[in-house]
Amino acid sequence: MKILSDLVEKETLNFSIARYSILDNKGNIMGALPASISDTKLVLRAYKSMVLGRAFDKKAIALQRTGKLGTYPSILGQEAISTAIGLAMGQKDIFAPYYRDLIAQYLRGVSLKEILLYWGGNEQGSNYQNCAHDFPNCIPIATQLSHAAGAAISLKVKGIHQAALVTCGDGATSKGDFLETLNLAGAWQLPLVMVVNNNQWAISTPRKVQCSAETIAQKAIGAGIEGVVVDGNDYFAVYYSVKEALKKAYAGKGATLIEAVTYRLGDHTTADDANRYRNPKELKEAWENEPIKRMRNYLINNSLWDEAKEKELLKEVTTEIKSAVASYLSHPKQASEAMFEFLYEELPKSLKDQYSEAKYENYSLKMVSTS
Amino acid sequence: MSKAHENTLEITLIESINLALNRAMTLYPEMVILGEDVGVNGGVFRATEGLREKYGLKRVMDTPLAEALIAGVTVGMAAQGLRPVAEIQFMGFIFAAMEQIATHAARLRNRTRGRLSCPMVIRAPYGGGIHAPEHHSESTEALFAHIPGLRVVIPSSPLRAYGLMLSAIESNDPVIFLEPKRIYRLTKSRVEDNSQSLPLDSCFILREGDDITMVSWGAMIIETLQAAKELSQKGIECEVIDLATISPIDRQTIINSVRKTGRCCVVHEASRNCGVGAEVVACVSEYTFPFLKAPISRVCGYDTVMPYFQNEQDFIPSTKKITDTVLASFVSQKEVSHAI
Repeated sequence: MKILSDLVEKETLNFSIARYSILDNKGNIMGALPASISDTKLVLRAYKSMVLGRAFDKKAIALQRTGKLGTYPSILGQEAISTAIGLAMGQKDIFAPYYRDLIAQYLRGVSLKEILLYWGGNEQGSNYQNCAHDFPNCIPIATQLSHAAGAAISLKVKGIHQAALVTCGDGATSKGDFLETLNLAGAWQLPLVMVVNNNQWAISTPRKVQCSAETIAQKAIGAGIEGVVVDGNDYFAVYYSVKEALKKAYAGKGATLIEAVTYRLGDHTTADDANRYRNPKELKEAWENEPIKRMRNYLINNSLWDEAKEKELLKEVTTEIKSAVASYLSHPKQASEAMFEFLYEELPKSLKDQYSEAKYENYSLKMVSTS
Repeated sequence: MSKAHENTLEITLIESINLALNRAMTLYPEMVILGEDVGVNGGVFRATEGLREKYGLKRVMDTPLAEALIAGVTVGMAAQGLRPVAEIQFMGFIFAAMEQIATHAARLRNRTRGRLSCPMVIRAPYGGGIHAPEHHSESTEALFAHIPGLRVVIPSSPLRAYGLMLSAIESNDPVIFLEPKRIYRLTKSRVEDNSQSLPLDSCFILREGDDITMVSWGAMIIETLQAAKELSQKGIECEVIDLATISPIDRQTIINSVRKTGRCCVVHEASRNCGVGAEVVACVSEYTFPFLKAPISRVCGYDTVMPYFQNEQDFIPSTKKITDTVLASFVSQKEVSHAI
């Protein structure tokens, strides 16, 4: 018992945060691989998805550099998190992604063409044909978190035993939306999983400038929910923790905050140049921990993969990406009047003049004809 | 006693909002109500009184004190099959929710090409006149009217509050429903609880007249109608239009009226600069110029911060200010001295 002046400290509350990792950066399993996640077919699918994601990313940047795509945020280095989320979630769960989660979106039914359309400046890219209820990409930082909480509430109100999963970056955790959502998730025991892609950088602002807490996961403690840290470059650890958090949500046992520690190996977006603010040594070291090489090593060490298979896979993904790009590039621009068509459920009569103006390029003011 | 008669109540505006919310809860099983103190307490103005007892915890939710969160979860719920009606306790506190309203509620249908939508209502009491503390008395409807994709609705009587609230909830578009709290309990009128909604794209002509068109909304309808009555005694017959659906705006009714009267005066409590009145005046000028017999005028709150309550009546346009302004449009233009 500590005595400070006349105040008596009766009790000290202690909290702890667990850090999980399964696969080290050489591709060795530390301890044992939990049986529930070792299914070979699933592991191979995960590897292929990561490879596809990285190849797509490279292509998207090339398209931007040649004027065929708008500003694009690279996912380089964060492939394991997105892949694990995409594979762990159930189809009926609701996903609210941030803008570096295209692999999870793809695994949930969003096509590569739709992803290109979105970054190519066409709203049709968010009209997912095979992923009816997921939220679209969210550009205003952290605002998607409360949408996911709203989705979780809707599941709870309707008595559906599914969950909502939302992702964000480390920068987002400084915003009120993050903390307000975290707080509600605890207060209302929501079936919600929040995954922070802690890639160490919010454009040029490093993680340490963002927040002095040792981990982001510990913010969960203040909200009365469980927070865990996982190695975000370790597909197995992310998959396992997301799966466990989802199971907990399905069972009505509340929300989880998962901090997936990774590294943004690329620039913030194609409009950014990280050389202006990032030490090249740090980047070089980060490459030692990237997620795909260690996964390949694991597969090779376990006789699940070889050079021929790798070659075959690269051919496959190149073909798939090529076909998506061709389809994107030949996709027609929307008509001018399309900007009116989904603004309201029905076009308000006060907008009919503007609609025809856009459609027929008829700019004359109908001073007398409007009666 | 006939059924219709049994359902007809003599009630205030706030009671009619409560009545409409209750009716909508029975009409839409997917409807939920959320906000600060809306449950056990029934809302600080009692708009949601009795609803928690009737519909339970799952459908009437007391949220943590976080406006941005309220708007954000409302978007999320609306996108995933619920029909949420959220309360922001006072309009002065809505700014934390503005990001969600502007960047998501207003845009989700558009950005997903109709795949997801936001059938949601955000209610907020607004305006001055009840001697409330700082930040409780502003009229910032123009901020919302400027955002494409939103509907902005303001009732001005118990009857219209009932019908407009039902249509706001029925609508699959996001609606900002602003309640003029100065007239929450000012008068009672007969409202039939008949599930009848009112159109969300039409003004209401409250009084017909041939001499001047008066356009107003919210609590200022009271002063505007009073001014019309006094002006009538001087031989000036005002046509009074309640704009009600602030955005999207019903230009046609206003244009038709001004083409008939040749004069127009817009009355609103909000500050004049870039107020909704500016849009009304611009459209009257664009579409009725050849018909105008006098300059279009505006009677508005000043372009100042809303004063604390000791001086709030100095800010809110008075009936005299309205009648004086209208009378000025009947003097030949040379005699009018305008401070420009």
